[in-house]
Amino acid sequence: MPYVPHTEADVREMLATIGVDSIDDLFVEIPDDLKLKAPLNIPSSMDEAQLTKHLQALSEKNVDLSRVTCFLGAGIYDRFIPATVGAVISRGEYLTAYTPYQPEVSQGYLQTIYEFQSMIAELYDMDLANASMYDGATSLAEAAIMATGIKHRNKVAVSATVHPHYRQVLETYCWAMGVEVDTLGHVDGLTSGYDGLDESYACVLVQTPSFYGTIEDLAALRSACDRIGAMMIVASDPTSCGIMPPPGQFGADVVVGEGQPLGIPMGFGGPLLGLFACKKEFVRNIPGRIVGRTTDAAGKSGFTMTLRTREQDIRREKATSNICTNEALMALASTVYMSALGKNGIRQVAETTVRNTQYAIEVLTAAGGKLKFSAKVFGEFVLELPRSAASIQAELLDHGVLAGLPLGEYEAGMENCLLVAVTEKRTKAEIDDFAAKLKQVLG
Amino acid sequence: MQRQTKSVPVPQLIFERSRPGRIGCSLPKADTPEVDLSKAIGQTRDEVKWPEVSELEVMRHFVNLSHLNYGIETGFYPLGSCTMKYNPRINEVTASMSGFRNLHPLQPDHTAEGALEVLLSVYEILEEVTGFDDITMQPVAGAHGEMTCLMLIKAYHESRGEGAMRTLVLVPDSAHGTNPASAARCGYDVKTIPTDADGNTDLEALKAALNESVAAFMVTNPSTLGLFEPNIQEVCKLVHAVGGQVFCDGANMNAMVGTTRPGDHGFDCMHLNLHKTFSTPHGGGGPGCGAIGLKRHLEPFLPAPALKRVDGKPVLDRHRPLSIGRVSSFYGQFLMAVRALTYLLAYGKEQMSHISRYSVLNANYVQARLREVLPQAHNRPCMHECVLTAQQYKKNGVRALDISKRLIDYGFHPPTNYFPLIVPECLMIEPTETEAKETLDAFCDALIAICHEANTNPDLLHEAPTTQVVGRLDEAKAVKLLDVKWQHAPETPATV
Repeated sequence: MPYVPHTEADVREMLATIGVDSIDDLFVEIPDDLKLKAPLNIPSSMDEAQLTKHLQALSEKNVDLSRVTCFLGAGIYDRFIPATVGAVISRGEYLTAYTPYQPEVSQGYLQTIYEFQSMIAELYDMDLANASMYDGATSLAEAAIMATGIKHRNKVAVSATVHPHYRQVLETYCWAMGVEVDTLGHVDGLTSGYDGLDESYACVLVQTPSFYGTIEDLAALRSACDRIGAMMIVASDPTSCGIMPPPGQFGADVVVGEGQPLGIPMGFGGPLLGLFACKKEFVRNIPGRIVGRTTDAAGKSGFTMTLRTREQDIRREKATSNICTNEALMALASTVYMSALGKNGIRQVAETTVRNTQYAIEVLTAAGGKLKFSAKVFGEFVLELPRSAASIQAELLDHGVLAGLPLGEYEAGMENCLLVAVTEKRTKAEIDDFAAKLKQVLG
Repeated sequence: MQRQTKSVPVPQLIFERSRPGRIGCSLPKADTPEVDLSKAIGQTRDEVKWPEVSELEVMRHFVNLSHLNYGIETGFYPLGSCTMKYNPRINEVTASMSGFRNLHPLQPDHTAEGALEVLLSVYEILEEVTGFDDITMQPVAGAHGEMTCLMLIKAYHESRGEGAMRTLVLVPDSAHGTNPASAARCGYDVKTIPTDADGNTDLEALKAALNESVAAFMVTNPSTLGLFEPNIQEVCKLVHAVGGQVFCDGANMNAMVGTTRPGDHGFDCMHLNLHKTFSTPHGGGGPGCGAIGLKRHLEPFLPAPALKRVDGKPVLDRHRPLSIGRVSSFYGQFLMAVRALTYLLAYGKEQMSHISRYSVLNANYVQARLREVLPQAHNRPCMHECVLTAQQYKKNGVRALDISKRLIDYGFHPPTNYFPLIVPECLMIEPTETEAKETLDAFCDALIAICHEANTNPDLLHEAPTTQVVGRLDEAKAVKLLDVKWQHAPETPATV
């Protein structure tokens, strides 16, 4: 076993130093009836060549994106990832480090987190961002719980256009905390019913672009929140903020998001990257870690985790959240991505996405689909088809097109609807091919 | 007066490297027709002030920063309670296979059979290793796993009509801070149970605290004192007798792998940190991977969707009427499951117990070698980590933290300090099974030398570290400045 370096001589000497005869003697405190008497019933050990072969075979049982063209999004996107990202995050100094509790030997990581916080806050146009959360869904749920604490109100309102999985996670977190969740409906793909809200709500949670790709009216959300004194919490796809006015510009109190589009592979949905940014007045209430700049005794500038008294290892049950390990390596991946793209790159990715999306709408509607909603969209749209979207998706898959997400499972009456995502990676030829095949299967 | 630190200049921020017009990657070119943006999306924004740097500058920036960071691959990392073992490189190779990496979580189930098989294989191996009936990996970190377990317990009590009466979670005074925090996030009140003089759960105090308001007792076994709880079966019986559930904090599972199974101890559920015990890399603070194990009676409440084997094939069960619901976006940290499976299969049934046996050997060796200078908090064989006290140096003004910082100058990552909270001037050392005797010897030699310095020249410790890019940082100033975001010069730090 290459991972365990002990030679027989090592073991002998170590046991002699300890003063016992065998390794078994070190386990005397475990009651005998709790000790395993036989080897575990699990597969036999594999050598490295066998492991590679075994895992390769399992991986090939999947239909990955080398075999189909991806128009599936719904929160996870097939975006371009520069080679630099993988090169940086596979470095052992980052990959095999622990949380930077000892800042003197963690300056590299701490600085990248500071840079990450800065770039996310800039993207969302917010005062500050934390060092990351688990994923977009839990980030939204944490924001809602935070709002109930700040506002001392036990109810939250969430739009029906927020990603269904995010709403499910929100429901779970709120159930555990005894917080009531009300859902706002939608008209033509945009949140409706703000007028019905009253001062019992701690926050209103909206996503833009929504689950359906539609661009929500954040000014209307802000004035609704002002009227009832609730916090405005927005989930926003980071790529969209490369070109659209970010939620901070509309006065959002908290902005959360899924950072996967910023240089993280789809990876069957994990690991992901939760983004969390807010106004500075809430900094002492936020979950997760924050890195700040300071100096050492000689006046040299350096970085350290700060405002630690919010955290559970110090505050225990009074902590602002139970999150400690977050998604540092994914945050680093996105920091490399954001640095590589820079000011012009993110704009280009966002703009290409808009162009490709508009083109896809044009050719897919010409091929027999219909736009379900009339609102403006970014990167994604709902295409209504003449028959079951699930069966059309299956037929297109046989033609090498992963067409999108059939929405029947998510909303009643949308059995014929397909949620189609078009990233900057899709070419005109791929979009044309999708349209041609759609036309073919629709007969 | 602080001595000179390492002569490495403080690195520039990536923003300071920026020059207008540069870019660090080659993006896909748009070949679809241009559009009128205002018609397509409405209003557009001002520029995003991200840095403009060339591709080489990107690499240099992050590679040079990596040199200011300590990882397991750079040296010994004996951080107690964190299980900083070698992260095998083959795991990175398998996790980057296209069939895993380029897979969408919402693509049709039948096109992701290999991925579901990976998850289910991990579940099945972990069920056998832990002795639980079911595993799920939807929780994405250890604390998330703890919280999910408490949610299962809450749903279980509610299903029996006891939700309203069970309002209390008991937590030992030696517990990780995430335990009480997770209980609070499930709406529970928290009561602390003391540890007795031998380092075990104080049974009398536990009995006194037990009544029908108790929802759960959260036990770390081995405890954070590095000691196996010999009364664990009795502890579980006592809690069950009042209708409570017992949760096992699995942060210390490394001591038990292949030797004993928490599922056999009487626990109802547990969380595992795959990034500790099963070697998925810590990544500098995540991604974690918080699998949980549970007994049959908690199975109906599993997060949805649940993954089951039906007729030999993995199947996602989405119809879960009693489920607590979803706890994360998709199926958890899938690419971490690929790494964990690779690791579990590398050990296999023949060698799985090496993990516990050699990690316990290493910890006891360190404890024995240091007993003259840093005595153990409790005079018992330790498990996978030893908890030592530096109390005797306090008279020289030397604290545990000073010893830790001095270790940095000797080239080692410090152990965990001041935890568990109940041991004065605590150093918690977890060597793991992947460290060689000569590494442990070098580390112990360094600590012995440092303890000698603590008596002869304590200022060496107070001024440490002096070998890094910065010395000890002013944390109070960090809080006061709250400089958490780069701003264009001239800079006026935000005040809160």
